[in-house]
Amino acid sequence: MKTVDVDRSLCDNHGQCAIAAPEVFRMNPDGVLEYEPTFDDSLLGEVEEAIDVCPVQAIFLKD
Amino acid sequence: MARRIAIAGASMGGLRAAEQLRSAGWEEEILVIGGEIHPPYKRPPLSKEVLKSPGSIEEALAAVTLRQRRTATGIDWKLGAPVTGADLKGRTLTLATGEQLGYDGLVVATGLRPARVRVPGPLHGRHVIRTLEDSLGLHRELQPAARIVVVGAGFIGCEAAATATLLGCRVTLIEGSTGPMQRTLGRELSEGMRSFLTQRGVECISGERVAAFTWNDDGAGGTQRCTGVRLAGGREVQADAVIEAVGSTPNVEWLAGNGLDLSDGVLCDGHLRVLEAEHVVAVGDVARYPDRRTGTGPRRVEHWATPADTAKIAAPALVAGLNGTETPEPVAPLPAFWTDIFGIRVQGVGSPAVADRIEVLEGDPSRPADGAALAYYLGGRLIGAVTSALPADRQLHYRKLVTEAGLPASSQLAAV
Repeated sequence: MKTVDVDRSLCDNHGQCAIAAPEVFRMNPDGVLEYEPTFDDSLLGEVEEAIDVCPVQAIFLKD
Repeated sequence: MARRIAIAGASMGGLRAAEQLRSAGWEEEILVIGGEIHPPYKRPPLSKEVLKSPGSIEEALAAVTLRQRRTATGIDWKLGAPVTGADLKGRTLTLATGEQLGYDGLVVATGLRPARVRVPGPLHGRHVIRTLEDSLGLHRELQPAARIVVVGAGFIGCEAAATATLLGCRVTLIEGSTGPMQRTLGRELSEGMRSFLTQRGVECISGERVAAFTWNDDGAGGTQRCTGVRLAGGREVQADAVIEAVGSTPNVEWLAGNGLDLSDGVLCDGHLRVLEAEHVVAVGDVARYPDRRTGTGPRRVEHWATPADTAKIAAPALVAGLNGTETPEPVAPLPAFWTDIFGIRVQGVGSPAVADRIEVLEGDPSRPADGAALAYYLGGRLIGAVTSALPADRQLHYRKLVTEAGLPASSQLAAV
């Protein structure tokens, strides 16, 4: 398992992460990000894409 | 000796290409060459957050610098030395410094530069927004009560007009032949955006173009400075500064003389392989590639996700070509874009610009600040959606519908 963290002071709820990695990130009906901090290794590629496309670079992989 | 992939262009496209080459298993040399002195940075904030309050240059740079993937190791960078020429047969690049560099594979990632208003006049007092320095320089002009003329009502023009207004400037937006963001959003929502901009204090002048710049001339050979514009209809608008946001020009001159189609960016197939060249791919908004989701032929896409989308296809294709292995089947990218104007966010997906029919799904496009959603069709098939001032989950919902609409029968990987 791997861990991801979102800096809420940066997050602007664009929703791009939920496009790239829908199993980890989703937008609730109020348009606010919800996410699973731990995810299976097989989703790493998607999470890296989510990190890439985040317009405010709010997503961080943790060691 | 290790083989080298050279990446011409060290902005977001160059960075994403380097990362994706490593992901595609390329363990040999990667050299990224770029004209700007800064490491890759993101440009959307240059007409919004950074233009509004940049802080020091160090703070501004820190705010926009792109993080690199940790897996993208061993990448060499040569910054501040643009590529000025290429001999694709001899696999050699020439840099502005005169230096010549050989390569085995090449990634074209030189992006765009702002187009200028093609009317004579001194450049002093006229601005474009492409680089960090452009944004910082323009910010200094946006003093309270300054008279600012924005020429061009695309995304950047509208964003700059809103930002300048928020800083207390008196802003006039010269729209040109189409309304605010009309080419992307369509007429109805564009008219709604014009009303919204007007309500917030931007004076919008529709259907007009700049016929001439005006400038002061002290008669003593001092610096001439632009003082405003004269429109084709005869009206003069005075300005303390003019912002030119009239589109962009692909940086492809350095590729001339190699027999490529450079008529609008560099022509590629659906794998982002440059046509009529061997072991050359293109990424980002300089690449013109088949729009497989609309089947309307090759076009360039100037949106945020384009560098990542194209690099993900181009890098494995280039590596496969160099290694003589099979090129993987590429995905068909689905473009996404957004803008923030006076606190409302407009988000889009797909290719609404080529639609032949637009349908309102939610709300009223004439009041975009109150929430609206529109669907864009081509030949009866959903090809795009735009939401205005709606939560992101609505945008995701419509994106799903566009994805589910699939590819048209005319979709093809070949560029022609």
